[in-house]
Amino acid sequence: MNLFEHVGKFSRFLILIVSKPEKGRLFFTQIIREIHKLGINSIGIVVIISLFMGAVIALQTAYNLMNPFLPDYLVGYTTRESMILEFSSTIVGLILAGKVGSNIASEIGSMRVTEQIDALEIMGINSASYLILPKIVAAIFINPFLYVLSVFVGILGGLTASYLTGTVPLSEFIYGTQFGFIPYYISYSLIKTIVFAFIITAVPSYYGYYVKGGALEVGKASTKAVVNSSILILLANVILTQILLK
Amino acid sequence: MIKLDKVNKSFDDKKVLNDVSIIFEEGKTNLIIGQSGSGKTVLLKSIIGLHEVDSGGIFYNDRDFTKLNLKSRKNIRKEMGMVFQGGALFDSLNVEQNVLFPLDMFSEMTKSEKQDRVNFCLNRVDITNANHLYPSEISGGMQKRVAIARAIALNPKYLFCDEPNSGLDPVTAIVIDNLIQEITKEFNITTIINTHDMNSVMEIGENILFISKGFKAWQGHKSEIFDTDNKDLNNFVFASELYKKIKKSI
Repeated sequence: MNLFEHVGKFSRFLILIVSKPEKGRLFFTQIIREIHKLGINSIGIVVIISLFMGAVIALQTAYNLMNPFLPDYLVGYTTRESMILEFSSTIVGLILAGKVGSNIASEIGSMRVTEQIDALEIMGINSASYLILPKIVAAIFINPFLYVLSVFVGILGGLTASYLTGTVPLSEFIYGTQFGFIPYYISYSLIKTIVFAFIITAVPSYYGYYVKGGALEVGKASTKAVVNSSILILLANVILTQILLK
Repeated sequence: MIKLDKVNKSFDDKKVLNDVSIIFEEGKTNLIIGQSGSGKTVLLKSIIGLHEVDSGGIFYNDRDFTKLNLKSRKNIRKEMGMVFQGGALFDSLNVEQNVLFPLDMFSEMTKSEKQDRVNFCLNRVDITNANHLYPSEISGGMQKRVAIARAIALNPKYLFCDEPNSGLDPVTAIVIDNLIQEITKEFNITTIINTHDMNSVMEIGENILFISKGFKAWQGHKSEIFDTDNKDLNNFVFASELYKKIKKSI
């Protein structure tokens, strides 16, 4: 199947998803369940990675800017800017594409090959909408919170590393985190996070939903889902940056 | 009653169903039998609308399913129950929740009425003390029973079973076959069973359609199956040593 066929099929898939849910109460319950599964269960990995990346960014900046003409607060400033602009949205997005994306593709794919999706269709339920729309809505809702958490934890990691290694005085780092703050950057990254949340859930769902065969094909679909959603995140990152920051 | 009128279906250039016409009667266990690759699964999936037919009509009590829009099809689907080959129970739901699922989606019952209905359906298929177990925690036979309970939860007019006793031991297979037949009579359902198990055919085959190479090759009652002169059907029926011996003894 070539790229254009995939685009056409994906568009039809999206139309299928965006239909009125069977029962509002059940749809809401599904969203809550997905928020827990996709968001709350990802807090651990987001916190660990953000903490260490924040620390590494601070240390690398400190060791590369050892110059009497450059102020120490630049370490805090760089850590904050890196976390806000790129790490907490794009890199966390890529990590979640791996964790959440493979989970979604294998879950939906397994349901397809074990005829659970056919069972839903026979009952007269729009399986695509029932299974996938709650995932997309949940990710769009919860991922901005993960972004904010990642920014705070990353800056905390940088601050802790700077303090423990003694590379930058605490007061200088804190000043740097407040220096030249542009609130729009938060909006820019939140928009990116929302777009990435859509990609992270919709693309793996697409690969899982149309899987044919058995366990082997589910595994292949899961791999394709992670690779292609990662590529799409990187592509969307470039396009959104050009549009939102020009 | 479900009537097929000259149903044709192809995949690319390969014709899988050729002018298949038959009436599946109410209150009877209708069986579709045939060798692997004969087209019986495609026929069953065409009847329930998982495959679109190329031509011909599929009538659910005079409503031609092939000519209906999505909304009308959805209404007919609410009258269907389906037991899949592997059970197709939802992994994330326990036994009780699986049976409750169609009621939650489509019925206007109160919570206690739904619970009563779930208990009734599970009792009817002899499932006790397993309400809170997950599909992975119960045996294949129990999974089939739960699938039957889920299929009858909404009082369907039409029940479809795809290889309902595949992967089961002979004793459990007969129990499942008899259970389907009892439910068919009890609730006056039009039941269509897709199978290649001769034991099922001889146990519950009231109206049998034999499919060979996509054609309707034979139709009749289980009592007539040993006397047929249809070569393909004879090859199918007397494939095993057991049935060859039975034929000799008749």
